[in-house]
Amino acid sequence: MGNYIGKSEKRVEDPRFIQGKGNYVANLSMPDMAHVAVLRSPHAHANIKSINTDAAKAMEGVIDVFVGQDLIDGGVGQMPVIWQVPENKIPVRWPLTPDKVRHVGDSVAAVVAEDAYIARDALDLIEVDYEVLPATTGAETTTGDGKPLVHDEIENNITFKWGLGDKEACDKAFDEADHVIEVDIENQRLIANAMEPRACAAQWTASTEEMTVWTTSQNPHIIRFGLSAVTLPEIPEHKLRVISPDVGGGFGSKIFHYPEEIILPWVAKRVNRPVKWVATRSESFMTDSQGRDHVQHCKMAVTKDGSITGLHVELYADMGAYLSSIAPLIPTVICITLFSGLYKIPGIWGHTTGTLTNTVPVDAYRGAGRPEASFLVERLVDMAAKELGMDPIEFRRKNFIPKDEFPYQTPVAFLYDSGDYHAMMDKAEENAGYSDMRKAQENAKKEGRLVGVGVSGCVEASGYGPAATVGALGFYGGMWEHGSIRVHPTGRVTVFSGSHSHGQGHETTFAQIVADKLGVHVADVDVVHGDTDLVTQGMGTYGSRSVAVGGEALVNAATEIRNKLVELAAHLLEASVDDMVYDDQNGKAHVKGVEDKAKTFGELAFAAYSGHSLPEGMDPGLEQASYYNPGNFTFPCSAHIVQVEVDKDTGEIEIQRYVAIEDCGNVINPMVVEGQIIGGVVQGVGQALYEHGIYDDSGQLVTGSMLDYAMPRADNLPMIESDRTETPSPSNSLGVKGVGEMGSISSPPAIVNAVVDALADYGVKHIDMPLTSEKIWNIINSNGG
Amino acid sequence: MSLWKKISDFLTSGYSEQAPKPTPSKTFEYIKDNSIENSSLKENSMSHTISMTVNGKACDGEVEARTLLVDFIRDNLRLTGTNIGCDTSQCGSCTIMMNGKSVKSCTTLAVQADGSTVTTIEGLATNGNLHPLQQAFWDEHGLQCGFCTPGMIMASVGILQDNPNPSENEIRHSLEGNICRCTGYQNIVKAVQSASKSMKGAA
Repeated sequence: MGNYIGKSEKRVEDPRFIQGKGNYVANLSMPDMAHVAVLRSPHAHANIKSINTDAAKAMEGVIDVFVGQDLIDGGVGQMPVIWQVPENKIPVRWPLTPDKVRHVGDSVAAVVAEDAYIARDALDLIEVDYEVLPATTGAETTTGDGKPLVHDEIENNITFKWGLGDKEACDKAFDEADHVIEVDIENQRLIANAMEPRACAAQWTASTEEMTVWTTSQNPHIIRFGLSAVTLPEIPEHKLRVISPDVGGGFGSKIFHYPEEIILPWVAKRVNRPVKWVATRSESFMTDSQGRDHVQHCKMAVTKDGSITGLHVELYADMGAYLSSIAPLIPTVICITLFSGLYKIPGIWGHTTGTLTNTVPVDAYRGAGRPEASFLVERLVDMAAKELGMDPIEFRRKNFIPKDEFPYQTPVAFLYDSGDYHAMMDKAEENAGYSDMRKAQENAKKEGRLVGVGVSGCVEASGYGPAATVGALGFYGGMWEHGSIRVHPTGRVTVFSGSHSHGQGHETTFAQIVADKLGVHVADVDVVHGDTDLVTQGMGTYGSRSVAVGGEALVNAATEIRNKLVELAAHLLEASVDDMVYDDQNGKAHVKGVEDKAKTFGELAFAAYSGHSLPEGMDPGLEQASYYNPGNFTFPCSAHIVQVEVDKDTGEIEIQRYVAIEDCGNVINPMVVEGQIIGGVVQGVGQALYEHGIYDDSGQLVTGSMLDYAMPRADNLPMIESDRTETPSPSNSLGVKGVGEMGSISSPPAIVNAVVDALADYGVKHIDMPLTSEKIWNIINSNGG
Repeated sequence: MSLWKKISDFLTSGYSEQAPKPTPSKTFEYIKDNSIENSSLKENSMSHTISMTVNGKACDGEVEARTLLVDFIRDNLRLTGTNIGCDTSQCGSCTIMMNGKSVKSCTTLAVQADGSTVTTIEGLATNGNLHPLQQAFWDEHGLQCGFCTPGMIMASVGILQDNPNPSENEIRHSLEGNICRCTGYQNIVKAVQSASKSMKGAA
């Protein structure tokens, strides 16, 4: 064990943030910089009959105005879909739509002006003649006869169908079942609302024909590839630099390739000035890809002794008006593969219909398909336990995959790497004081109060890979990660990672990993990310992959560096390489058993660069680039227990206790891990209780501002009681599993199970999220409460 | 105060109770003289000279009547630590101290701040020493992406100024005007508790 892994090192990135020195795209200022504003459609569905930009162009301070056809004529490509499923129909999407708007917020024109206020004023002077068309909404209802077509060439608004599982085994399970539990679930539309609105800037350097794009992205290398290969082919990849500096949260919404990332560099080259665009929050609501939005018809087969034997799900996923970058993945591959949850279920079948509506596109949002899967599994499990009269923890324990059956092959493709679900649930039960919670519930009942206890347990697949597998599943890229380490002659270390930190704390955790492997002080290690010129390649950060994949790339690089250090030390000490060891506590290579016959890390770094005495065949320098292609996904898991009280008079829900046990394998920085879990739990509480992206029948986004879209506030929550079990992943050398999304996957079912438990006497079996006070009050008052 | 009362106050008065009344009379007259019907782009672009003390330094500048204080701070003064997270005065990322009160600078006009004393996140540390709240946010892992952090810290300065010894509940209620999407607030609450203790120790 080294000096840093497993320790709660304070974050090295924090001093700049707490002093207002964060380096966000919106803060960028360049000499002669112009400002871009984008005209957004006020209609959900309309033909553009004409656009008149004359008045806007004539306005003082306006440099130019561009419409969709200008960009098409100017060589931009269509927006690509980089994760596809078989036979999907890809709607045509341009950065600025030339002929038809398909959701409120669809982009129509771009103004370039001397300042941001003038650019926005000029939007009002653009005259668009819209022929408004009827709109279609609703994941399932949009497929009906006579519904308006979002794209004329895509019949019934169905963009793909995809199924997975063993249909025969599933049918058999239902034929033989003693109990069949059925429920229809709407997993509602969510809007990510990272606190930093999206922003983009671009600078064209005419002399060298180089373009620099700054964008609020979770994966700048993928954006660079998308631009050069597809959407902006006039700039070749080696002449394009994409920088994502400090990014203020993403939660998935900043994975995708967005229109402004094409518009800004295209415009910068045309007006030959640096340009910047910063979204208003209203624009974020109308243009950031959104999350979830499923209608799920679910049933579970159970035997009378309490064994789950089958799960059958027919689901409809609203993809919005276009397919966003990786949208087809979310309700298919990444969702149905988790239908087995923590349980042994022999017969599983899931089928998804991806549909189009006149709404903002839907793509990955924290959890991305996995919360939609876990919620339905955990709701059905709870309903089954109730029907059989079993305690929800006992019922779960009975069906858990036992720890001696790992690696465990589910009927839905995944090979779970490791886990001890019983131990995890034991710890949750103990930390919660579960039996006391039940007593409290009984006592409350006697007093006429409604207290409920909810349990959930989830597994997720994080750190997607290997590359060949994700390729076979429809991804155009690789899902490996790149990392390189540059040791300087003075012994200081720069680490370059293709992962991207937008809150996750990589500058600290990656430094801890490398400092440990090399035996240097963590303060001597600097982590660089988010710049395609500085970091050779990268796949970015999403899907809880950074440490499990990006961290391993750094381990590979550090191992090579160590090998070179040992070889060099052996040469300098005139010893055999086989007789040498590397002491990573103290950062030195020494002869086995003779600690003072040693060369320190600093001495070796200088020797490598001086090159005065190197072993035969060794090149000078101390620098290593590595790639890591994961051998399998990792499978973190969790058990949550929550106690709520429902106010009979108002329908308000109070979370009284929240106990969260996570197992994400080994942990690099416990403080950072706990922060990720608590943040995730609270975002899941947002889905359970408050958040809902609502469109009316005409496709207007009713919840288009932070006044209308409710998110958790500080006063909605108790202290979350977070703890861990540690079952190392055998899939990687660090033994780590992803942690970024687990909290948000487990908390929605835990909360809903608790509230349904509290309302058991009202005959309630299921309530769709969010559990607003109004919804709860109506349940209480429509049942004679 | 109920949420509805806050919203209606905001809609009618232009800002919440925390904001100071517009002090310079010329601002008020400008608004009176230029009703919405009369206002035009040309009048919007009429410039006004304002001056204020920001982080202990005297600053002045030319602004339009409609220029938001946050834009003046970020674009004119190039103090970009104050962030803009929304456009409905909900998120609090832009919170600063103005005349000793925490204020959302995205719903304050720059001309309203004429003659005032402003502190932004950049002015909080003294003589190179972090303010106890900055230190506590760091120590308690009270931030992740860092975007809401300057506003959270400035709001917390106001909270501890009004109530040096707040309970957890009081802290949570006082922070409900600031949204954080990363941390779940837990460590922010702990940071305010911790700073409250260390500030008492120092006093």
